[in-house]
Amino acid sequence: MLEGTIIYAIINSVVLALTAIGFNLTFGISGIANFGYGAFYVLAAYCTWMMTNLLKLSYPLSITISILFCTLLGALLYRLVLIRVRGQVLSEVIATFGIGLVILELFRYLGFVGFEYTLPVFIDKSFIIAGTYVDMQRILLVGTGTVLMVSLWLFTHHTSLGLAFRGIAQDERTALTFGIDADKIATLAVAFGAGLAAIAATLIIPLGSISPDEGYDVLIKALAVSIIGGLGSNGGVILASFVIGFAERFTDAYIGSHWTMIVNMASIFLVLLVKPSGLFGKQKELEERI
Amino acid sequence: MEKRKERLDRGIKARTDDVFALTSWREMLYLAAPRVIPLAVFLILPLFLGAYWQKVLLSVAVFGLLAISWDIMAQTGMVSLGQALFFGMGAYCSGLMNHYFGISPFITLPVAAVFGGLISTILLLPVLRLRGVYFSMVTLILPLMLVRLIEATKIFGGTEGLSGMTPLPSVWVELYLIVGSLLAALFGFRRMMASDYGLVLKGIRENDRSVISAGINIYWYKAQALFISASIGAFAGAFMTHVYMFVGMPVFALDYSILPMAAAIVGGPGTLAGATLGACILIPLSELLRGIGGLRIVFYGIFLVLFIVALPEGIFHYIHRKYNQFERWVEVEK
Amino acid sequence: MSVKPLLQVENLYKSFGGIQALTNVSTELKKGELLGVIGPNGSGKTTLVNLITRFLKPSSGKVFFKGHPIHHLSAYRIVRLGIARTFQMARPFYQMAAYKNMIVPLYSPRVKSLLGGKYGDRDAVAMDLLEEVGFERDAHTAYKNAGSLPQGYLKRLELAKAIALQPELIIFDELFSGLSLAEVASIVPIIEKLHQQGIAIMMIEHRLRELFRISDRVIVMNYGQKIADGTPEDVMKEETVKNAYLGSE
Repeated sequence: MLEGTIIYAIINSVVLALTAIGFNLTFGISGIANFGYGAFYVLAAYCTWMMTNLLKLSYPLSITISILFCTLLGALLYRLVLIRVRGQVLSEVIATFGIGLVILELFRYLGFVGFEYTLPVFIDKSFIIAGTYVDMQRILLVGTGTVLMVSLWLFTHHTSLGLAFRGIAQDERTALTFGIDADKIATLAVAFGAGLAAIAATLIIPLGSISPDEGYDVLIKALAVSIIGGLGSNGGVILASFVIGFAERFTDAYIGSHWTMIVNMASIFLVLLVKPSGLFGKQKELEERI
Repeated sequence: MEKRKERLDRGIKARTDDVFALTSWREMLYLAAPRVIPLAVFLILPLFLGAYWQKVLLSVAVFGLLAISWDIMAQTGMVSLGQALFFGMGAYCSGLMNHYFGISPFITLPVAAVFGGLISTILLLPVLRLRGVYFSMVTLILPLMLVRLIEATKIFGGTEGLSGMTPLPSVWVELYLIVGSLLAALFGFRRMMASDYGLVLKGIRENDRSVISAGINIYWYKAQALFISASIGAFAGAFMTHVYMFVGMPVFALDYSILPMAAAIVGGPGTLAGATLGACILIPLSELLRGIGGLRIVFYGIFLVLFIVALPEGIFHYIHRKYNQFERWVEVEK
Repeated sequence: MSVKPLLQVENLYKSFGGIQALTNVSTELKKGELLGVIGPNGSGKTTLVNLITRFLKPSSGKVFFKGHPIHHLSAYRIVRLGIARTFQMARPFYQMAAYKNMIVPLYSPRVKSLLGGKYGDRDAVAMDLLEEVGFERDAHTAYKNAGSLPQGYLKRLELAKAIALQPELIIFDELFSGLSLAEVASIVPIIEKLHQQGIAIMMIEHRLRELFRISDRVIVMNYGQKIADGTPEDVMKEETVKNAYLGSE
């Protein structure tokens, strides 16, 4: 029982990390909290579904198109909407939230709710690890997730674009003096974030079904992980994901499934009370400003 | 010959800036109309409407109160994505008092308003010190958390909710109570925001560093603004409990968070009148669009985005400007 | 008979991540003294002010005001004790008229307790204060939106806001920056008047000539450390100071 819980806790943690990494990236680089993040996630899933079921395209092709589409949409979101309210955090929040709302509720209205809205797993197989059944999808998830996070780390530390990202994240003014175009970076930040949401959806949705509510859940989870781990810190996201992931699984196994969300929320409060900038928060001077 | 647009105060506006406005009926009317007409309309309308539209008016007033509550917070620099928290708190407070103790609505309403406001404020206190984004995040999460909490622990009626509340004496009492409250809130809090106290609150939003260096504890003032807004929202929630004679998880629904925000933004943030106007526009509109069901919330979202990006001033400012100023083309001076 | 200094700064250190902004800075300010703080850009002058006024938390060290420790108090409390400051970048409430900007400091509990009343005509007091700092009453400059005022008036507004708090110590962070010689010349008498009234003043400045004329004492900062402390004449003779500003040969 314990090994099983641990294994599923690891899987859960990776799921959470995957979910949050896009949101965290966007915020860390451009300071934009994309409250429509959940909508991109769900959108990617629905697009893939529509392409495979209605247009009868192949699964890999649909996935690729969905991911690219979401990335593009993210870029458009910045270029058309966010650029006009840049710097006014409150307006950014409302605008992104509004767009997310529109997308999610549109799907709900059009009737995209029900058990038939699922995505197939990549490979239908399962293994027994340490005495518990683990299916291939979950294993793929952990594997791909790890690869993704490592690549992301390499990207931000070893490529010029990635370094530019980190530069802007740490000190926008100075980065600007190096001739880095803030708008271009912000566009990429939002686009990448959306793309990562799409990738996460691709890997995770096959474990369940697609529904508009999933969008709100994803947003909340991404927020929770980011707040606890520290907005803007990739390392923090991963750590927080594991903390929450394990807490969730163990609560579910030993206390009761209804309480998992509560554990989530309680942890957020605890962190906000004790160390508001998060476990690895870069924004140390959250409470103090000059 | 190049031309540019010039905006000037209307003659009548300039003339009414002085005590001499008292000498002319026309000028008095100019000043009084914007205040008196809405007042009169709100007070007289209930008498002419049928039962269905009376319910709509009720809704307008309730969401108007929530929108005003959102706006007061926004003017102090706190963007809340969860007015539903206040609404739900008030709803449950009055529901519990009435259901378990049989207390009359005339007592539960004010008590729930204050108490609901207090609890909401306490819940949000830890986040007041943090950057705005965090505050918004927590306001979004809190109502949803409370829903799961109720679901899990089955307290306060759990998923079924509590029913069988005492209703208010009559439909007329309902209507005039809520409309009266809306008007009182509108005019009362407008005065508050126009006073020096309101100036400090607005200052916190614009430049909190400056306010701190004036020796003012901004967190205390933010808490005050939060409490005021939360109480307004709680009052609205408590009221609805007695109208529906029911309270349950739906009181924390997203609708109660989004619609007030949309109303305030569409109507014009920064003026409580705009929030009220927004409610007057969106609620009847959503009733007319009732046929399209879930699409309504899509429209709210669209409105929200359109206005916040393209017309952040809102409708009220536009009307205000048109009422007070006129435009004309003039030659560009060389 | 030794007079206890009004402000005592003891061994202040401040680091931001890897950067050591202040290293072991100590100084003191007597009642009614005008202390100049000079040094190249980035030497930690503003950080020092931020630490004293608690807009930043010191990494270590202590600050005492009238004998009481203040380094662990919140910024707004320090203001209430009697320390006012201006900011390098004068940021008023842009949308409000200039005199309305004054309402916020006049609303301060410090002013309330000193004036004894809760309500008063703040508008009138605001206009008086603005006139004192050079807003001509006839020209109605005070009624203009703060956003439309030129830098000279914005700085005066900052000055007025500090004076409104009836402080015992005012810290000016580059009050003269961005002003023309004439504007500086018109503001200096106001500062001298404050000095004569017995208010202690700490001025961070780059305009050395004007500063030296009015300062009782000057400290020099460089790379986060205090490298000189004395009268303006003595300080300018020191080698270290010359090197700091001009670079060593």
